Amino acid sequence: MAAVVFNVRVLRVAGQVAAIVVLLLVAAYLADNYRANIADRNARTGWGFLDEPTGFNIAFEPDFGPGQPVREALRVGVVNTAASAVVGIALATVLGVAVGVLRLSNSWVARKASTLYVEVIRNVPVLLVILFLYAGLLTLPTIQEARQIDGLAVISNRAIAVMSPVAGDNLGLYLAVVAAGALAAFAVSAWRTRVSNATGAPDRRGVWSGGLFLAVAVGGYYALGSPITWSHPEAEGLGVTGGFSLNIPYVAITLALAIYHGSHIAEIVRGSVQAVPYGQTEAATAIGLSEIQRLRFVVLPQAFRIAVPPTINQYLSLIKNTSLGIAVAYSDVASLGFRLVGSSRAPALQMAFVLMAIYLTFSLLTSFFLNILNRRLQLVER
Amino acid sequence: MTVDVPGIPATEEPLPLASPVEPTRPEVHLTPRQWARKNLFPTPVASVLTVVLGLALAYGLYRLAWFALVSSDWEIVRANLRRFMMGSYPLDQAWRLWAALYLATATAGLFSGAITANARQQAEAAGRPLERPGRWSWLRRYWPALLAVGVILSQTRTWGPLLATVGAGLLLAGSRWLGLRLPVLARHLAVGLLVVVIVGYTLIAGSGGERYSLADAVQLLLIAGAVLASTRSLGRQPIRFAVLALIVVAVLVVQLTSGEGVGWTDWQGLLLTVAVTIVGIVLSFPFGVVVALGRRSSLPVLRSLSVGYIELIRGVPLVALLFVGQYVIPLLFPNTVEPPSSLARALIVIVLFEAAYVAETVRGGLQSISRGQREAAQALGLSPWKITRLIVLPQALRAVIPAMVGQFISLFKDTSLLQIIGFLELLEVAENAASQPRFLGQGLHTVTFAFAALIYWAGSYTMSRESRRLEGRLGVGERR
Repeated sequence: MAAVVFNVRVLRVAGQVAAIVVLLLVAAYLADNYRANIADRNARTGWGFLDEPTGFNIAFEPDFGPGQPVREALRVGVVNTAASAVVGIALATVLGVAVGVLRLSNSWVARKASTLYVEVIRNVPVLLVILFLYAGLLTLPTIQEARQIDGLAVISNRAIAVMSPVAGDNLGLYLAVVAAGALAAFAVSAWRTRVSNATGAPDRRGVWSGGLFLAVAVGGYYALGSPITWSHPEAEGLGVTGGFSLNIPYVAITLALAIYHGSHIAEIVRGSVQAVPYGQTEAATAIGLSEIQRLRFVVLPQAFRIAVPPTINQYLSLIKNTSLGIAVAYSDVASLGFRLVGSSRAPALQMAFVLMAIYLTFSLLTSFFLNILNRRLQLVER
Repeated sequence: MTVDVPGIPATEEPLPLASPVEPTRPEVHLTPRQWARKNLFPTPVASVLTVVLGLALAYGLYRLAWFALVSSDWEIVRANLRRFMMGSYPLDQAWRLWAALYLATATAGLFSGAITANARQQAEAAGRPLERPGRWSWLRRYWPALLAVGVILSQTRTWGPLLATVGAGLLLAGSRWLGLRLPVLARHLAVGLLVVVIVGYTLIAGSGGERYSLADAVQLLLIAGAVLASTRSLGRQPIRFAVLALIVVAVLVVQLTSGEGVGWTDWQGLLLTVAVTIVGIVLSFPFGVVVALGRRSSLPVLRSLSVGYIELIRGVPLVALLFVGQYVIPLLFPNTVEPPSSLARALIVIVLFEAAYVAETVRGGLQSISRGQREAAQALGLSPWKITRLIVLPQALRAVIPAMVGQFISLFKDTSLLQIIGFLELLEVAENAASQPRFLGQGLHTVTFAFAALIYWAGSYTMSRESRRLEGRLGVGERR
């Protein structure tokens, strides 16, 4: 008997079964409380709410009416979240890389200026950055007295609009021409490489293929008689017509996230470049590479490998931080969810599950694709 | 170091190695001209950057100085300073805050002195050269925090806070002087900090009228943690243990019988921000360690539960959890008891959230411990539990100290999210102040936000500098 009871294998299995049982008991207890509370308060539960009307309008979404179901509001929210996450990630990356490079610059002023940016922004709450920027944007002129820059742009504290391209005649044909030009440019580039390899002459791929592509693109544009026309924004009533218009909450949340996470990415970039052992640079110098070549072929590829995993974390955290849109009345999925729960149009627990599912999907998709990239970049050792 | 193991001859002294020659850089003295050439205009690209960014920086700093010194009316901060610091905490009870601050200062002085003395002793024993920082090095180390304190004091209207702060400074110097003579204290850092948290909390909260609330439960948890932690550092010294127990009991008695003070539900401003940060980290730490151990466990059920928990929490934004928690947590408590207060709900969410991040941090530490440590302990016949407690965890936790400071900083910044669910923490005070009838519509948000930003920045920048220093000291995170 004792041999069975004190057998390590038996103990391991028993322990785990006990853990599961305890967990299930706790879950059952909580579920029981939940049911009792719901019954007590006569509160709503279940999933029927998804098809019921929301009862509110969504700012800057003229197509959405109060009669449309919760499901549709959530869809709008997901699109908005994605819009600010994608643009925010792109801007944060550009800003972060630029500032990170400046922090390693050999100009003392550039180093100090970028250090100032990084050390200030990194050490304040992201919500503060968002609110500060939003407060700043709200001091722009109102839509009634919007600053209009001659059809190029309209700037107001409701929306910022710039002129945008729209399809003219022959756009499809023009795109086909451009595609053909690109193909031809690739072919020329390959041909120049062959010539260079065979004769040792400089390849000048950039000049040849770039010139060809530009010639086709510009020539085609005029030959086809302006296949792209421009739409000019104009302030009208409480909105902007024409052009490409961005509402201020969107600008505030996206730009603030880019600024905040840009400062973190800058730190990552600096750290990863400095993490490449100095011997690599010395070795590259010893075999006669120039400064640019040292960076391009030796330091940066290795730094990139180090930088990718923490950068992925920054992207994930940026995606989650879009939920702070509620602070500036941006209609991302979290703030719409909060609104629905706050106005008793949705039960809190179910909305919690919905939001968790949505954010987990965002996070998992992002980390799935970026981890594939990461795996391809990492060194394969033995 | 030689170890005497019965039956095995003492290991011989290692062969003397030729001490490596420390490469010293030749000191270079540049004339200002040479310095400018090397640092401002070394290459054409750098020259352009220097000029362009130099102009931008100069303009930015000029605008900042103009904003801070000329264009802004800081009256709004002066009028609301007490709100910023302690919200609507009753004025006649403010001595509690000062007392807690003095307690914290005295402890900080004692322990910083003790740790320094301890490090010096060890360096001396090992024959390493003593590092003696300059007389004014503290000014260089803590200038962000000192700057913020200076700015805050410049906004007060009475002399009281200034005098009290000077007193705190003197107390700090005095207790450090004492600490330098008591290097033994350094060993009881964890216990000391916990005792301070408990006593400080009790001081500030008082009994708050509501008894046996969740606030008391938090305190009991903290005490349990202190007792657990102390078994290791005080276990073999019953007298000290008894003293600790006496202090804790006395504090509890005072709290539960005095019947006065302010319940924690009314905390606002910087007080709330700091309290939530400290309580959040202290409570989530043990939970996070358990989850991290679960994640590294060889039992599949435990492991997958831990992984599931960590990934689930880390995939969802804190603000969503906070918001949902406000609605869902009351529904999960039995309907026969009073549901937890709004702050308690927020704290539950914060602890659950932080635990997942602490777990990931601690996991990093666990992974950094080489397998040989565990195997050696097994060879000595230690049980799995003892291996974890005596061999693996102490080393792993030591390695993650800087990362934990980082975690602390990020929670300090994240407490601003409480603003969204309606708490008057530091950021919300800033937002609210500009909406008071007296200041409405004057675009004063930038002023109050700048003031709040200074406090957040000073706090987290000071801590992050310290954590970097610590990282260098502990020799973790070294790459080159």
